Amino acid sequence: MTATATSARSDLSELGRSETALRTFLHGLPGVDQVGAEQRAAQLGTRSIKTTAKAQAIDLAIRMVDLTTLEGADTPGKVRALAAKALRPDPADPSCPHVGAVCVYPAMVPYVAEVLKGSKVHLASVATAFPSGQAPLDVKLADTRAAVEAGADEIDMVINRSAFLAGRYKEVYDEIVATKEACGDAHLKVILETGELATYDNVRRASWLAMLAGGDFIKTSTGKVPVAATPPVTLVMLEAVRDFRAATGRQVGVKPAGGIRTTKDAIKYLVMVNETVGPDWLDPDWFRFGASSLLNDLLMQRTKLTTGVYAGPDYFTLD
Amino acid sequence: MSERVAVRKTYKLYIGGKFPRSESGRSYIVQDANVALSSRKDARDAVVAARAAVKGWAGATAYNRGQVLYRVAEMLEGRREQFVALGVPGEEVDAAIDRWVWYAGWSDKLAQVYGGANPVAGPYFNISAPEPTGVVAVVAPERPALLGLVSVIAPAIVSGNTVVVAASPAEPLAAITLAEVLATSDLPGGVVNLLTGKISETVPTLAAHMDVNAIDLTGVADAGLAAELEIKAAENLKRVLRPAPADHDWFADPGVTRMTTLLETKTVWHPKGV
Repeated sequence: MTATATSARSDLSELGRSETALRTFLHGLPGVDQVGAEQRAAQLGTRSIKTTAKAQAIDLAIRMVDLTTLEGADTPGKVRALAAKALRPDPADPSCPHVGAVCVYPAMVPYVAEVLKGSKVHLASVATAFPSGQAPLDVKLADTRAAVEAGADEIDMVINRSAFLAGRYKEVYDEIVATKEACGDAHLKVILETGELATYDNVRRASWLAMLAGGDFIKTSTGKVPVAATPPVTLVMLEAVRDFRAATGRQVGVKPAGGIRTTKDAIKYLVMVNETVGPDWLDPDWFRFGASSLLNDLLMQRTKLTTGVYAGPDYFTLD
Repeated sequence: MSERVAVRKTYKLYIGGKFPRSESGRSYIVQDANVALSSRKDARDAVVAARAAVKGWAGATAYNRGQVLYRVAEMLEGRREQFVALGVPGEEVDAAIDRWVWYAGWSDKLAQVYGGANPVAGPYFNISAPEPTGVVAVVAPERPALLGLVSVIAPAIVSGNTVVVAASPAEPLAAITLAEVLATSDLPGGVVNLLTGKISETVPTLAAHMDVNAIDLTGVADAGLAAELEIKAAENLKRVLRPAPADHDWFADPGVTRMTTLLETKTVWHPKGV
């Protein structure tokens, strides 16, 4: 470790102490070339991934899925069924890997925990007044603690977009730090809700802010606003985690969520990960897909590769 | 003034209400025109489009489906000369128009003729109603290119099925021109999807596809291929219409077997009040 890297590291940890230091740092980040980012993301989407490479990509993508249900209509029975599917996505094929995690509302965590006990599938819970994040801080922290106590080992928090867009970065930072503390040993995923951040520059700033405050993952969206994960936004976030590791040595994961429905889309994201941050991130510990319908498409494509026959949705569960 | 250069037409596929080129980029020359040579993936895309269209089309009222089929006849009448210019005999175009009208009339009568109340020994109303089977893959007969095509599409869609049709490889121009008629007839996109090219390339994919509910092998001339396709179709118990005999008279009364084979009968037991 060189002297400059060490001093850079200590500089970054000091940033959270004052509003001015944070603002100076975040606004000092280089701006994102919008056209360049969109063009690069589109170009990476044109790679052709076939046969054995495709089979590998599909299995990796299945292992990266955070199988999600975040509906007011979720019932214990529905989330149990979803958890069972997470353990064994394709009951007809024992070689099919399990998914990365199940993601539910805090009230549903105990039912999922029963099913997942003893397995390697993680249990993620959204918290902090998901999806708007418009609640007092102590309510958000209580929400987080309750989810962890109920058995969640990953917490998906939402940042305070209201404070972020108003320029009160310290408030956002402090909330993430407090939530991280409330998480204890659970992993913290920080949802930036990029669809509400308006610009790529804001996405880059929010990414850095979340990482500086101690987030283990940065996640694009809640899936509850019209604009969810897009390839350029994910590209900007991947560049941020790459630069953050270069500056501090700490690796942070990325989770695009919302709007990823097909195997083709998922593979485009995997290509982007490989080309932007490299194979270190091609692992369920460092990259996840927040999705629900994606899994069935992955399973249908997997079945096509193993049997040679196009599969139909009638042969896979609805949720 | 210089002489005007005529616009040459590219004959493309008809999938999901749009006219795309083949995903493979291939084409072949037939009837003095370039026609898309569809691939396995075009067949897959067509099934996706057909499946997406089932809900709306099967959910439409029988009356509405009948109106749409009649509208197809109207539009075909207006384009009569275009088909004649493609080499389709005038009487064949007339027969094709009449066939649309004939099937249009069946739309709201199928349920009455093939469904109804069943007498049962118990305090129940027992009612059977025919419903569409879903997505139907169809191999159109080689000839007559227009009448044969209409005679296999209309009976499948009149009851609410959606179809993926492999057009006659030797005379595809009438088929694609019919697709233009369908596209302007209030027929929702995806109800009829048309593939041109080799039967041997696309149809085995359709026969094996788990999301296809029935297959009509009418235009398969090769008995060996027909047997192979039936075996593939057995995997998910597709309903199968066997190939038509070579001397089949397409101008004769079509009968109802084509319609009834592509139906599923739903029977409901309903308790009677005392």
